[in-house]
Amino acid sequence: MASEPASRPLPVVDFLKIPENGEPYLEGSKCKACGSIYLGERTACSKCGTVGELETIRLANEGELYVYSIVHRSFPGVQVPYVSAVVDLKGGGTIKGNLIGVEPNPEKIKMGMPVRVVYKDALGRKDREGNSYLSYFFEPA
Amino acid sequence: MSDVYIVGIDMLKFQKAGTAKSVQDLGARAALLALQDAGLKIQQMEALYCGNLYQAGAMVGQRILQEIGQTGIPVVNVANACATGATAFREGWMAIKAGVYDLVLAVGVEQMSAGLLGGGGGGKGIPKEGLLGSATMPAVFAEAGMEHARKYGTTFEQFAKVSVKNHHHSTMNPKAMYQIETPLEMVMNAEMIAYPNTKLMCSVNVDGAAAAVLASEKKARELGLMSRAVRVRASVMTSDPWQERDLVMPDVNTCTRIAAKKAYEMAGIGPEDLDLVELHDCFATAELLHYENLGLCGEGEAGRMIDTGATALGGKIPVNVSGGLLSKGHPLGATGIANIYEVATHLRGEAGKRQVPNARLGLTHVIGLGSACGIHVLEKVAA
Repeated sequence: MASEPASRPLPVVDFLKIPENGEPYLEGSKCKACGSIYLGERTACSKCGTVGELETIRLANEGELYVYSIVHRSFPGVQVPYVSAVVDLKGGGTIKGNLIGVEPNPEKIKMGMPVRVVYKDALGRKDREGNSYLSYFFEPA
Repeated sequence: MSDVYIVGIDMLKFQKAGTAKSVQDLGARAALLALQDAGLKIQQMEALYCGNLYQAGAMVGQRILQEIGQTGIPVVNVANACATGATAFREGWMAIKAGVYDLVLAVGVEQMSAGLLGGGGGGKGIPKEGLLGSATMPAVFAEAGMEHARKYGTTFEQFAKVSVKNHHHSTMNPKAMYQIETPLEMVMNAEMIAYPNTKLMCSVNVDGAAAAVLASEKKARELGLMSRAVRVRASVMTSDPWQERDLVMPDVNTCTRIAAKKAYEMAGIGPEDLDLVELHDCFATAELLHYENLGLCGEGEAGRMIDTGATALGGKIPVNVSGGLLSKGHPLGATGIANIYEVATHLRGEAGKRQVPNARLGLTHVIGLGSACGIHVLEKVAA
């Protein structure tokens, strides 16, 4: 018997959390020894090597654009152009994603500009079971 | 510990991706050329170090020996992204340094296909490319270049000039994939792949192989091979040390800086002593970063350095006179030995039209994204 698609969208990555009641958010880990911040769960800290001393934290939805590239050539089925962006989140953590809500033109994109994390459907992409996914994106703040 | 010498080295002319007969045929032909260059036979080799990426699980080194001589020697197959060839070479260097062998063969070989590298996906769920940014190599190295632009105001035009220079160099290299001039407007107006890298600012996927015979000093003298030998003054490898953004935005700078520092220390020289450099210009953006990472210029001066022509043939420190990965081509597993071939050829005074005059010291650099950095410093043996 074929499995039915989940009734709610699934998270695009493990560190995107979708609470039953409440807004989606990004989860990270913070090393209790050195303070380094990572996306998602960790066994150990790769900066200082401390094992098992990482606390789960909620990452900020605010950040700033560190760098970007405007991607014009990709794989079949991937809509181009789009802006691939590296964002430093407020309070720590660096994350990569699509920057939306801005013209894909180097004149219009300023490194260092404030952005916010927004949560939307994963561009209509579904897995083999037909599940929908919730993804994160960046928008100019 | 003995000094280690290159006593034979060669590469195949790089060819269009996917046109080679087989990976073992490519590797075998390069190995035979290197042996011929040394005037030696496979029966004299005590070990084979083989670098290949795409068939890393398929015993490529043994398949090469099955083509040219199954002598029963130990074979070590290595894979280390685009540092694969340099890793194989370095494993051979280490074995001789350790006194285990006196004469070994190192081969780097790759059979490729056309198109984008990286970003192919894997993992569970849905494809992430174009959804969570881009993991394709042109975009990753575009972002690395944009970091330099952010810090120092480096321009699209300055990045593009790298391609103009390297394509010009390869017009003098018959073993390069391309021998065509690409003026600045042509580079900048080529199809944009991932801003600021246009198609002519991306390395060329090719099929290719290169090989080197390494010898201890005792063995090189015994065989009478010192006159054309090239001394390995330093061999260094690093991985990416922890950096704030490294897990999201691979840092190719820090591992290069650490490797360069160690290499200069090991060789007892500074960057100002070098006569030529072959560095990892997988994308035009990358080359400028490495001018600073290797200490060829000061911090933030790479843009000006390409503007002044200091890194062109005839300049203060010629970089990628082979044409580099941008124009000679980038067969991943072969690249790290092919760039050693280039520097060795200059040190031997055999580089023809592109010869760097009176070259005595050269440096090779590769980056395997993920990351591995390999650096070798090579020296002409005083006559």
